[in-house]
Amino acid sequence: MKEVVCVVCPMGCRLQVDEDNDYAVTGNSCPRGATYGKAEVTNPTRVLTSTVRVRGGLYPRLPVKTRSEVPKAKLMEVMSIINEVEVAAPVKMGEVVVSDVCGTGVDIVATRDM
Amino acid sequence: MLIYDLVVIGGGPAGLAAAYEAWQNGVKSILIVERDKELGGILNQCIHNGFGLHYFKEQLTGPEYAGRFIHMLRETGVEVKLDTMVLQVTPDRQVHAVNATDGYLVIQAEAIVLAMGCRERTRGAISIPGDRPSGVFTAGTAQRYVNMEGYMVGRRIVILGSGDIGLIMARRMTLEGAQVLACIELMPYSGGLTRNIVQCLDDFNIPLYLSHTITRIEGEGRVERVVVSKVDNKRLPIPGSEMVFDCDTVLLSVGLIPENELSKEAGVHLDPRTNGPMVFENMETSVPGIFACGNVVHVHDLVDFVTGEAERAGRNAANYIRKISCAEEDEPEIQVIRGSHVTYTVPQKLRTGNIGKTLDIFFRVDNTYEDVTVKVMSGSKELHSRKRRYVVPGEMERLTVPKERLLSAEENAITVLIE
Repeated sequence: MKEVVCVVCPMGCRLQVDEDNDYAVTGNSCPRGATYGKAEVTNPTRVLTSTVRVRGGLYPRLPVKTRSEVPKAKLMEVMSIINEVEVAAPVKMGEVVVSDVCGTGVDIVATRDM
Repeated sequence: MLIYDLVVIGGGPAGLAAAYEAWQNGVKSILIVERDKELGGILNQCIHNGFGLHYFKEQLTGPEYAGRFIHMLRETGVEVKLDTMVLQVTPDRQVHAVNATDGYLVIQAEAIVLAMGCRERTRGAISIPGDRPSGVFTAGTAQRYVNMEGYMVGRRIVILGSGDIGLIMARRMTLEGAQVLACIELMPYSGGLTRNIVQCLDDFNIPLYLSHTITRIEGEGRVERVVVSKVDNKRLPIPGSEMVFDCDTVLLSVGLIPENELSKEAGVHLDPRTNGPMVFENMETSVPGIFACGNVVHVHDLVDFVTGEAERAGRNAANYIRKISCAEEDEPEIQVIRGSHVTYTVPQKLRTGNIGKTLDIFFRVDNTYEDVTVKVMSGSKELHSRKRRYVVPGEMERLTVPKERLLSAEENAITVLIE
């Protein structure tokens, strides 16, 4: 049994996820909670946001994000790649800064024009 | 003197949406005055995602959310003055401002939208005893240094306050290689969204100490350590409960205050509950032709709701300029009174003539409650009620009331309460 706090809505249900029983979820008040509970135990993922160095821009940092979610366990590995990146202005919002980061199949993109 | 139909003070999310909406409603002479060197306001430093779920129906980062409005505004003829500081707004709607290119500016406006936002409470506001070393920042200041200016503010960090900005910064500093030793919260519950507790603290094993506070900051030149004490149910430190954290940085996330120096000088009445302008149903303040929206009115949890409020302000400012008003000149004002467990309401006053089919009343509650009824009463008469499964102080509530119910209000007052 794993305990997970559901973050789908503000209620914050305390979910119990039974790993030995096909990740059956109890403690949820709605079906969305069951889906969240299972995913959070089997494969927790997060969108990572950070900044990279930018030359010639209005500011020295350019905000970026992973275009979609990446495994939670890889967040620090992705950060180590982000820390090495330097781009030159002008950059457009949505422009790819790193493609397929850490073999996740997910690109890192700029989140503003600069 | 410059002359505009509408002057919007502040180019953050509230100002952007108000100006855009006024343009869409037929006002073609609009100026936004912004003191920073670009539009977007605080969103530019909020690089995390979670913005826009209500308004755009997708998850955006702060800069992306601001970017969408900035792009929309570029397609209009709305004018913008950046790097420009407004010094004064007069009751007859003159805006005095200064910048390095134009010098001293006097701008006459037909209508004004106040959208100055809010600012953070500081160490001085909460009086933490101890030394006065460097290394004590408000969380938002640290956020700007790290996310925009490219400065790392410290390596070993203690965060006071578990509001969303504090939680977001706990994750941010961890990702940037700092060690966040603890997040300290005075109240027995966190003021932040559960989602942020999970994804910003739990994900990185950062301990949250509820019912604790920093009772001393020590350090010569730079922060060297803080003393943290447990507090009793009167929020007073309990002697003997002290813990010491060796850290070089303290981040404060201890609340926001609407920034209303300009409003006061313009003669706008403030509500002591919100610290923002008292507003009518159309976001007009007590001074005719001066409207207000966003965090300058009351501190919002979500930018999506700021946008909604700013659109109402922009639309109604356009109506004012174009002399479209449905309220009768001598229409009586209905006071909105906060009843049991309601800490404030926005709007605070109504003129039913200006209300469409329904009116949204926004309010906050004073504690966490389950299975309650939100009621609108007038005298002993119940005008409207709605059930709520769950209400919390950290999340603004909205109650939509049909206009015809408001028309039966007695003695020009309605009370919003929780039962």
